[in-house]
Amino acid sequence: MLYREALNRAIDECMAIDATVVLLGEDVGLYGGSYRVSEGLVAKYGEKRLIDTPIAELSIVGNAVGMAIGGLRPIAEIMTANFALLAFDQIINHMSKYHYMSAGKITLPMVVRFPQGVSKQLAAQHSESYEQMLAAVPGIHVFAASDVNYAYHALKKAILMDDPVVFIEHELLYNKKGEVDFNADLDPFKARLVKEGKDVTIVSYLKMVDDVMAMLPALEEETGKSYEVIDLQSLNPVDYETLKTSLEKTGRLVMVEEDHAMGGYGAQIVSWVAEKMFYALDAAPLRIAGENVPIPYNRKRELASIPTPEKIKDRIIAWGAENGL
Amino acid sequence: MMDKSIIEEIYMLMVLGRQFEYAAKEHYMAGDISGFLHLDIGQEALSVAAMKAFDHGDVFTTYREHVMAIARGIEPKAVMAELFGKSTGVSKGQGGSMHLFDPSHFFYGGDAIVGGHLPNAVGCAYARKFQESEQGVLALFGDGASNGGAFFESLNIASAWKLPLLFLCENNQYAIGTKITRVAPFLEQRKKAEPYMRTMEVDGNDALAVYETIREAQSYIQKGHGPIFVEAMTYRYEGHSVSDPATYRSAEEVEIWKHKDPIERMRKVLQERFDYGTSDLEAINKKAQERVDEALVFAKESPEAGVEILYDHVFKEVNHVVS
Repeated sequence: MLYREALNRAIDECMAIDATVVLLGEDVGLYGGSYRVSEGLVAKYGEKRLIDTPIAELSIVGNAVGMAIGGLRPIAEIMTANFALLAFDQIINHMSKYHYMSAGKITLPMVVRFPQGVSKQLAAQHSESYEQMLAAVPGIHVFAASDVNYAYHALKKAILMDDPVVFIEHELLYNKKGEVDFNADLDPFKARLVKEGKDVTIVSYLKMVDDVMAMLPALEEETGKSYEVIDLQSLNPVDYETLKTSLEKTGRLVMVEEDHAMGGYGAQIVSWVAEKMFYALDAAPLRIAGENVPIPYNRKRELASIPTPEKIKDRIIAWGAENGL
Repeated sequence: MMDKSIIEEIYMLMVLGRQFEYAAKEHYMAGDISGFLHLDIGQEALSVAAMKAFDHGDVFTTYREHVMAIARGIEPKAVMAELFGKSTGVSKGQGGSMHLFDPSHFFYGGDAIVGGHLPNAVGCAYARKFQESEQGVLALFGDGASNGGAFFESLNIASAWKLPLLFLCENNQYAIGTKITRVAPFLEQRKKAEPYMRTMEVDGNDALAVYETIREAQSYIQKGHGPIFVEAMTYRYEGHSVSDPATYRSAEEVEIWKHKDPIERMRKVLQERFDYGTSDLEAINKKAQERVDEALVFAKESPEAGVEILYDHVFKEVNHVVS
């Protein structure tokens, strides 16, 4: 099953289970979604539940908040992360705060979904990542789906949950193939152990997990070491237990993320490890992140602005050499 | 024609509202209330009559909402306790003056991002239409909100989808200290809505006119005609908030509006139409003052929750604390 099909199936099943589930966004209905996530759903559930909106992101999320107050269970789809910036007032000032400000009287069972990250030459206004900003906001859970199985289960749980969730997808993952275990009872707040290892813990999420896995056989062969790979999946809350268990074993942390290094999400993970696990470490952590530049159009420079499998491998080898690995 | 009991009730709530606001101001000055305190003095006709007229349906409003909350049926005690930050407050002291939420009264009062609640009202109106509910939605906002993007997006969507939404513009002519005509091409904000929907205007200081207009507008949206825009001209006597000395307005201008005082006008109605005498009016004042005093005692004596509830209600299902 493809990643986008897993998302489609999750939405489809939730719509079948609960008649108050609606999906709203640009081109989600008759067009089937700009990444085909909602393909076929309008034929099953009608235009009342697959709501084509104007290009007005503030309203897409703001209306979803109001729908949730009014008793619906909305999923707001934003076409891409950079457009979600227009809705940040609604996400941060409204969606994340109404439950708290009302002392629990208002609940917002809603999801905001969008893809992010570098795809292929979409340039500076269509390629950025904003998980670091959203994970910094109390009152919303932030999920990032790298795995097809997680995409299905976590989206389903997010839709049926009474808390507001920001569900982050990646532009390049929609056609990723993977298995879905439909019988599993997956905890969306848990990190995923992608590969076991004993010498180094590599922590990542979203598409960078695939980039890490792409270079891993070569890295292990070249260095003769074994690497454990963790996909965080839930960016807030963080499954620190899984990190702790892994780092107690390996004593070495590599954090790989696509967003800009300055204030990037991985800084939180490295900071936590430095504060809480300093004495378990055998080496200074390595953080591999995007450059602090807007994403350029030119393909060579675009790839130079973010981590790639080759760069990840080279950085880890150099760091390993400096740290006596 | 409005009957006597509803007119009396509106008058009573207006008097209560004004006394409540003066009491809140006094206790703000005394340090019992903190943060921002936006008083509704001078605008009671609009706040009370609109709430009484829009008797069922959801209400989304702004941070200047104490009087509306009370008119909506929320106990003055619970409002005052919220201003005092007590756990018996409407929002258990989590929200304060600007955030009085009570879904049991369909009151989503107190959004403090100017215009930010309008898309929420649109979404709620969508939900009501979806549910085939008779209930419409009222969104109240000031003239200051009608220059922002959320406002125009909301007019557009509510109109495109024919949603049962009543836009009620409380035009008091000032966005904090900026006169509306300095930042908009005209005073009447309903002109912005005219291409999208039917508009109405009403004297916001005439409680009876506000009541009749909102009734008519409510009936219009309930019949499935789509949204409607009502603009009510009014004036706040106080500054934007208690900390604003309002030096941007002339004393003469304030005086002109005080001559159109909404409570005075209702008093005349009661005297002329229903033969109210001085003692009847005194009795109402006294009753209102008793309720305010009772609210103050309640607020003062109520317990204040400690820091142990700091993390309550961040989430409903999975409450996580990131250390």
